Amino acid sequence: MGMSQKYLFYLGCAIPYRVSSYEVSARKVLEKLGVELVEMPEFNCCGLPLEPLSHELMLILSARNLAVAEQTGLNILTLCPGCFSTLRKTGKTLKENKALKEEINRHLKESGLEFKGGIEVKHISQVLVEDIGLDKIKKAIVKPLRNLKLAGHSGCHLSRPKKYIGFEDPENPRVLKMLISVTGAKPVEYLGETECCGSTIAALDDKVSLSLVREKLLHVKEAGADALITICPACHMMYEANQIRAEKMFGEKYGIPVLHYTQLLGLAMGMQPGELGFDELRVKPTKILEKI
Amino acid sequence: MAEESISISSKIDPKFRYEVIRMPGGEKLLQCFQCGTCTSDCPVARFSDKYRPRKIIRMAQLGLREKVLSSDFLWLCASCFTCTDRCPQGVEVASVIRVLKNMAAAEGRIPEVFKVLLSNLIKTGYIYEIPESRIKKRESLGLPPLPKVNIEGLNKSLQGMSIESFLKGVSEKGREAKLWV
Ligand code: SF4
Ligand code: SF4
Repeated sequence: MGMSQKYLFYLGCAIPYRVSSYEVSARKVLEKLGVELVEMPEFNCCGLPLEPLSHELMLILSARNLAVAEQTGLNILTLCPGCFSTLRKTGKTLKENKALKEEINRHLKESGLEFKGGIEVKHISQVLVEDIGLDKIKKAIVKPLRNLKLAGHSGCHLSRPKKYIGFEDPENPRVLKMLISVTGAKPVEYLGETECCGSTIAALDDKVSLSLVREKLLHVKEAGADALITICPACHMMYEANQIRAEKMFGEKYGIPVLHYTQLLGLAMGMQPGELGFDELRVKPTKILEKI
Repeated sequence: MAEESISISSKIDPKFRYEVIRMPGGEKLLQCFQCGTCTSDCPVARFSDKYRPRKIIRMAQLGLREKVLSSDFLWLCASCFTCTDRCPQGVEVASVIRVLKNMAAAEGRIPEVFKVLLSNLIKTGYIYEIPESRIKKRESLGLPPLPKVNIEGLNKSLQGMSIESFLKGVSEKGREAKLWV
């Protein structure tokens, strides 16, 4: 209420590389909910994947994006919790530490940019719950998904570390459950809901990362969920595309469809699977589509 | 026994812990009282035989510089921040480990995959080399073109960030490094 329904859209790297289904479905549902997305006039990676090399490098990469965004006067909306938390943490850190801000700005100045700290960064789930509001979303539901039982996975970077993010409770996440409920589906509890997907070490240790995938999918299956719902491109890649790899590695069959929340919401808003990037899913959600 | 303790103490760098606590994120290293909460709640430790955050913190406290900075397990932290949220002593465990990775990286000890990501970044602004087919497909999916990248401006901002030395030894073959398993 009273919030601007226009955002600067920060796409990140993982989505255009592998996860267009998230972008396609997010743009569709946001448009229908009256949200206007403005493209970033200039972009680079938020820096999260390179922070292991240098914290300062990450700060520069993030701050460049924040400085570009400030010139437009618009708040940023991200689909990726990794970009969200990185941009958000950088903004907070630099606002609180003047000396560091000056140092980072010396780097930015080289290309005519300056970080001042004037805008906010929000993840799509936060925009849906705080700015658009569940009431408005509820009014847009034309096809309540009453027959579905769904497990949600919000991902680490949406809420941790708590002292930097502070929008969702990492030990008892609620936002995604509320968002699932508003579609008419039933959110189910399952063991290890807040466990990490392992994406950040997928390239370094596939045994460990796929073990995390396996564990999650088994817990979701045990809870009797029809599907797993994600709001992060990296978590989606791990549980969806890499589900087949985990099945091979462990000689098991999970068969858990994994949908982006925006795909689910789109269905409930009456859109067709074909408009929402369902073709790109490798674990075919045939059963869910029959149930609704 | 005596010999062993001599050989260990010769590898101890008593100043190491002060180096760590001066880096952003490393400040609370000395508060750790070795309760083990971080290891018991760590998703990676659950499936890895060699990754133990509590031990890494202890090694840093003790000054086992070489041992910790040359280890490959250091890079297995998934940065999920569970430990940071749950440490009863307020140690930002994940950040201490990131500080250690940064120190290792400054000495050129960098897993290939990070070199590939960095090399993509300075050439394209994205950490992945987004294939032409994907960019074309955006059109057919009704998506707008990817946002513009100011490569020159980006690289200017990164001056003094040791990019060249991080990239040392990156092989063209590395470009095919598996990024997502
Ligand atoms: S949880 Fe904190 S105090 Fe306990 S061992 Fe880990 S770092 Fe040390
Ligand atoms: S941040 Fe790293 S050390 Fe801490 S719990 Fe996660 S994987 Fe383990």
